[in-house]
Amino acid sequence: MLAELTHRCPLSCPYCSNPQELTTISAELETDQWADIFRQAAELGVLQLHLSGGEPASRRDLVDLVIAAREAGLYTNLITSGIGLTPKRLEALNDAGLDHIQLSVQGVAPQLADWVGGYKGGFERKMHVAEHIARLGFPLTLNAVMHRHNLDDLPATIELALKLGARRMEVACVQFQGWALENRSMLQPTREQVDAAKALVAHARKEHRGTLVIDFVPPDYYADFPKACMGGWGSTGLNIAPDGKVLPCHAAETIPHLTFQHAQDVPLAEIWYDDPAFQAYRGTDWMPDLCQSCDRRDVDFGGCRCQAMAIAADAGATDPVCRKSPHRGLVDALLEAELGAQAQQDFIYRKPPASV
Amino acid sequence: MSNAIPYLPRGVRTHYDRIRGRNVLLGPERALMLDEIGHAIIAELDGKRTETQIAADLATRYGAPVEAVSVDVAEFLTDLADKRLVERRDP
Ligand code: SF4
Ligand code: SF4
Repeated sequence: MLAELTHRCPLSCPYCSNPQELTTISAELETDQWADIFRQAAELGVLQLHLSGGEPASRRDLVDLVIAAREAGLYTNLITSGIGLTPKRLEALNDAGLDHIQLSVQGVAPQLADWVGGYKGGFERKMHVAEHIARLGFPLTLNAVMHRHNLDDLPATIELALKLGARRMEVACVQFQGWALENRSMLQPTREQVDAAKALVAHARKEHRGTLVIDFVPPDYYADFPKACMGGWGSTGLNIAPDGKVLPCHAAETIPHLTFQHAQDVPLAEIWYDDPAFQAYRGTDWMPDLCQSCDRRDVDFGGCRCQAMAIAADAGATDPVCRKSPHRGLVDALLEAELGAQAQQDFIYRKPPASV
Repeated sequence: MSNAIPYLPRGVRTHYDRIRGRNVLLGPERALMLDEIGHAIIAELDGKRTETQIAADLATRYGAPVEAVSVDVAEFLTDLADKRLVERRDP
């Protein structure tokens, strides 16, 4: 389960997965409301909790939330940009029993990283935070979000993960959802970059076996088949927005005909089992014939509903990145157009939530 | 490797999942359902005994040939070590 504790963040990454319409601070859940959700989630069978955002460190009660999550019996992971994690806070998180930290990097060169994150001095502060994470012995995953402007720095990114003592790294090519859709033509890597990255990852996996685990999330548009988004809609994962809205995936609100319930109003189990939004694309009944009759039906579950919505304007369609999809031509046309001459000149940065 | 002492590093722990009625190994971004054998091996990781000793103890307890048990234990732990869910240190 992913808990988006807040949409606030000191950074403004142009690929942020948060929705365009950001939740304001006054609409955020209170500490005890989150604690109650964590308990309900554990009852429901959730094993792992990812505390995310925005920047979760923007919540003043972060330490209390970790304590509540551990008391509920959840494996607790903090997904952070590092900004806002003072040594003192890290020590408190350590005492609270935080299991794991996933630190995101916007790049390995300070200038590039700060340009992407839209936050001057961010890289340097992050490296400082990483030192304290290592000092306290937290298990660390480095999450490198990759795109056209930093994919060529992959070797240095792997070096950085090793230097910081990360056990895992995620080489995650930008997924075109949320703010990333606005910046697709700036972010889309070239096919040559993608091929080179794949080869590099395969080589680095061998070289660093037993030291660094490397997970690679390839960019969808170059793939032949879609990803098993969320491991299948409403099957293993759920997402709680800062205001308590319960979503089958973080981008589910882009599907206009779905409505969502709030965990502070309705028991989580009831939402999980009965909510029409969770039922909508659960299992295989909703699938078009193309997917129903496909041997990958139970492998990728027809791909991502939000991607089908964004590209084919139909959330119930086969994911358009699939080679078999009648909409695949749209993806190819996008690739061609966006790598061509009319590429945008600068990022459209994520804007902060209204400060009320 | 058999002379090394295997142990679960920080951030990796077993958890009894009441809902599914199974033991799971929880680690960063991973939840591995353990079968009986897997759980039996993990339960032996006390950070004191070497892999060889653990295999011998398991063989005695389950009345199985030590050669076969050693192979199973080594394979299982190597796989987890590659995923960095198990660490090994010199005795
Ligand atoms: S992607 Fe960037 S802007 Fe969005 S929450 Fe993460 S660090 Fe903040
Ligand atoms: S047709 Fe559907 S099930 Fe088959 S590979 Fe494409 S998206 Fe997956």
